[in-house]
Amino acid sequence: MIKAVMMMNTQGKPRLAKFYDFLPVEKQQELIRGVFSVLSSRPENVSNFLEIDSLFGPDSRLVYKHYATLYFVLVFDGSENELAMLDLIQGKYDDDFSLMLAFVVLVETLDKCFSNVCELDIVFNYSKMHTVLDEIVFGGQVLETRSDEVMKAVEEISKLEAASNSISLVPKSVSGWRGGR
Amino acid sequence: SELSSPNAHGEGKGRRGRRSLTIQSRMEQLKTIGRELAMGSQGGFGQSKEFLDLVKSIGESRSKAEEDRIVLSEIDILKRKLLEPDVPKRKMKEYIIRLVYIEMLGHDASFGYIHAVKMTHDDNLLLKRTGYLAVTLFLDEDHDLIILIVNTIQKDLRSDNYLVVCAALNAVCRLINEETIPAVLPQVVDLLNHGKEAVRKKAIMALHRFHRKSPSSVSHLVSNFRRKLCDSDPGVMGATLCPLFDLISEDVASYKDLVSSFVGILKQVTERKLPKSYDYHQMPAPFIQIKLLKIMALLSSGDKSASEMMYMVLGDLFRKCDSSTNIGNAILYECIRCISCIIPSPKLLEDAAEAISKFLKSDSHNLKYMGIDGLGRLIKISSDIAEQHQLAVIDCLEDPDDTLKRKTFELLYKMTKSSNVEVIVDRMIDYMISINDNHYKTEIASRCVELAEQFAPSNQWFIQIMNKVFEHAGDLVNIKVAHNLMRLIAEGFGEDDDDADNKLRLSAVESYLQIISEPKLPSLFLQVISWVLGEYGTADGKYSASYISGKLCDVADAYSSDETVKGYAVTALMKIYAFEIASGRKVDVLPECQSLIEELLASHSTDLQQRAYELQALLALDARAVESILPLDASCEDIEVDKDLSFLNGYIQQAIESGAQPYVSERERSGGMFETTDYHSQDHHEVTSHALRFEAYELPKPSVPSQASTTALVPVPEPSYYSEPHQPISTSSSVSERESSEIKLRLDGVKQKWGRPSYQSSTSASSSTPPQAANGTSTHSDGGGVASSSSSKPRSSYESKKPEIDPEKQRLAASLFGGSSSSRSDRKSSSGGGHKPAKGTANKAATVPKENPIPVPDLLDFDEPTGTSDVAATDPFKELEGLMESSSQDGGGSTDVMGLYSTDASAPVKTTTSVDSLLSELSDSSRGTYHQSQTTKGPNSKEALEKDALVRQMGVNPTSQNPTLFKDLLG
Repeated sequence: MIKAVMMMNTQGKPRLAKFYDFLPVEKQQELIRGVFSVLSSRPENVSNFLEIDSLFGPDSRLVYKHYATLYFVLVFDGSENELAMLDLIQGKYDDDFSLMLAFVVLVETLDKCFSNVCELDIVFNYSKMHTVLDEIVFGGQVLETRSDEVMKAVEEISKLEAASNSISLVPKSVSGWRGGR
Repeated sequence: SELSSPNAHGEGKGRRGRRSLTIQSRMEQLKTIGRELAMGSQGGFGQSKEFLDLVKSIGESRSKAEEDRIVLSEIDILKRKLLEPDVPKRKMKEYIIRLVYIEMLGHDASFGYIHAVKMTHDDNLLLKRTGYLAVTLFLDEDHDLIILIVNTIQKDLRSDNYLVVCAALNAVCRLINEETIPAVLPQVVDLLNHGKEAVRKKAIMALHRFHRKSPSSVSHLVSNFRRKLCDSDPGVMGATLCPLFDLISEDVASYKDLVSSFVGILKQVTERKLPKSYDYHQMPAPFIQIKLLKIMALLSSGDKSASEMMYMVLGDLFRKCDSSTNIGNAILYECIRCISCIIPSPKLLEDAAEAISKFLKSDSHNLKYMGIDGLGRLIKISSDIAEQHQLAVIDCLEDPDDTLKRKTFELLYKMTKSSNVEVIVDRMIDYMISINDNHYKTEIASRCVELAEQFAPSNQWFIQIMNKVFEHAGDLVNIKVAHNLMRLIAEGFGEDDDDADNKLRLSAVESYLQIISEPKLPSLFLQVISWVLGEYGTADGKYSASYISGKLCDVADAYSSDETVKGYAVTALMKIYAFEIASGRKVDVLPECQSLIEELLASHSTDLQQRAYELQALLALDARAVESILPLDASCEDIEVDKDLSFLNGYIQQAIESGAQPYVSERERSGGMFETTDYHSQDHHEVTSHALRFEAYELPKPSVPSQASTTALVPVPEPSYYSEPHQPISTSSSVSERESSEIKLRLDGVKQKWGRPSYQSSTSASSSTPPQAANGTSTHSDGGGVASSSSSKPRSSYESKKPEIDPEKQRLAASLFGGSSSSRSDRKSSSGGGHKPAKGTANKAATVPKENPIPVPDLLDFDEPTGTSDVAATDPFKELEGLMESSSQDGGGSTDVMGLYSTDASAPVKTTTSVDSLLSELSDSSRGTYHQSQTTKGPNSKEALEKDALVRQMGVNPTSQNPTLFKDLLG
């Protein structure tokens, strides 16, 4: 079972955190800090795996991937396959892209368009990020790995957002900006 | 700017099986979403400039304090805004998101929870989703507010809009607890037959979640999971595997009937019978494959017929898996795991070994990690598998990657035996000293202790290792370890060899006197040191009483805040003085001791006070009294406790006769509440019997109603007083007695292990002689043939990689892997040089020493329990003949295998002559078996190492190596 998904920047600030079993806020913070302190001490070019019993209890593992200014972290127990978990957060460009990579590619795209806002946009699009995540991981299990399906779900939400925006939710100034496009 | 229309990403999406879409257009698509997000940050999607500013300023804050300031002022703002009347919904949505953000940063947002709850009631899906998102992140399933959501969830589960249903199911997974399960259960079960597969899947996962939280609440629905395995949609079937995996791991037997179905599904998946859209990185539904393999591992574990059903599909997987992708390797690794659980065929073992060697040879640390892990799993089944990879394993051990290093230590731990324990434990201790992570330090320290207790080649070594463990991780190890060590030193090793015991004690005392002056020793270690110094410091006569007592005073002085250590030190002082008095010498109490005693007489700790008074009293007694109070080296003597104080009977009789009242026991006085007990145990239990009881009352026993009333009065079950024959006696020095009665298990094994005089010499010999130096080329060609045939494949790809091997590593490899080769050659030779490792048998070799602490075979390094091995039963001479035959056979018929080492061909010829001389030597020897093991052991490890080196060494001619090697070996 997947125990947690986290994104944090290289200074240790959480950008997205989802725990699949409820934890009080203080405990969440403690874990995020703990994970960060382990990750930040890892050298480059080593494996992406960590055994992290000390933080998450016995038989806990973690995979992480470092992209630009972000760490992407998955915490899970022994009933998952490390390499498969890793594959969720890293993929190959010339391939059918990995779903989580969607985040990362997003981030990278953003990075190019607006320098240094990438992490913040994750926060800013918190609910969309969660939508994607909820499609892939449900109740701590990997439920959907077909990118089409995930995209479809995200798109449904996007449409809804767009629809409600155009009706009433968008501030005047922005809808004007949008309309001009 | 280049931003294109956000609508662009809509085209071509939403259609199933969109294979035609090129990668480029996917990237386009992502970019489009990225731009959308970017627009979001420009203030789109109803989020305000305020939020953007908040996010930005937090992003830019330089310190935690600054961030906290920003968040606190944001909390103030939100508190105010949420209280405003008629907040527009879109504003409210943003506030909720802002609350989530604040909480993610670690601040309390509970003041706004109610607004999130309210938002779940909204009809607008967007708002509803936001509400659900917020509550699932905010609320614990037992939170009071959940009650306000359950109703909404119930309604939403019945919604016509499947997106609403999905949102509700998502909330169900997080927010429903055991009590509220019945409220939503019927709806969730209905959804198992929903028209949309996305809903069916999520309903299954929700049921799975219920099962995890409260198995009893859904136990009647478990059959649904079986049924859903046949769902028309493969995605739903895949989802069903998650709950089935849990169910099967709880109860394997009742799912055995599904084996053929699972195998069938796996087969269909691997044969790409699923729709193309289930491909992921060009692998067909890999997550489903992985889950199936995990399930099959559970079901086929120890089940021959189920295992056999797996053979074909596993073989196919090894062939088909694309080892160039992560996900392909994930499946390969899962196959290895599966094979390590089932009863595998030799062919599958080979496949698995090959996959592992690919992992280990990869440049990727991730794959190496998987390789080491796989090796650790397979080593249980075939103990010689690690041998071919010895240098790779050592590379991993020295890798800067901590994860890999730890995994490798785990592997070494699994393959430890008496022949390599010293190297492995030394390595572990070095590593233990180097790390700061207390959690892992504890683990590795306890492993060191475990290995040392099981396999220690000598007592000295054992004590040295324990010293190191205590010195560097003393605060982390279990106190029992310390008591074990004290007991070991006190009791000796079960042989009636006082001389050896005394030597051991002296060496312990010496080592402690060296260590004692080091700063900041862990408390537990100091306790051991004090105890041993007190008990044996002066025993040998080498150190004077004043010297030892001075050291003990130093300890008490330097660790004055640690009362336990002080207590140990004072008691040790008392013993030292007692031994002096008893032997008739005059005792000079050092001035610092005197001041220590005086200080302790006024101590706040009653325990320390007591000890100090006892010491003072003892100093005033004469030799005879002192000797009976604290006899020399009697810490292990059983103290007979006369519970009834029968020695006073005469006195009582006398008193009664002269008119005294007879004693009425407390039990009789208080109406049968207490049994008469001896003073100490009474004292011991007093607290429990008079204190408040917090545990629930016992359930009334209807069958014996008359007794129920009386038993209820008895606070502590009576038998417990008498059932413990070794009630702790609170003499101050009795720690070891107490412990000795409690912790016997481990040490018994140790004692037995070290206690066989007939094997003792062989132990020391095998540990002191490096394997290379031992004689025994007799199995040379045999071992070579086997090993080279098994490693002939990897060679081609590996040869050119490393032309030179660090001799340091060679030595390490030899010492690590030396033992394992012996087992192989032994088995080989007895079976007439068969080239296939006998499957399954080796399994026991690695595990037996741990489960069963009677390690006779280990001492001989046979690696196989005597019971199962025919080696031990065979006449050694017969065996040697067999060896000769097989070796000359192999040498003579140096077929393609031996041809690879054309220069080696001369070696076997030499071998025969050497065996002759060996034979004659053996006929003189009474310990034939021992020599036999030695002879077969040494060279083979060298052999394997060399072969490995050879494999890495393209074009290097080994001629020069081997003759010298043989010269070395044969003297």
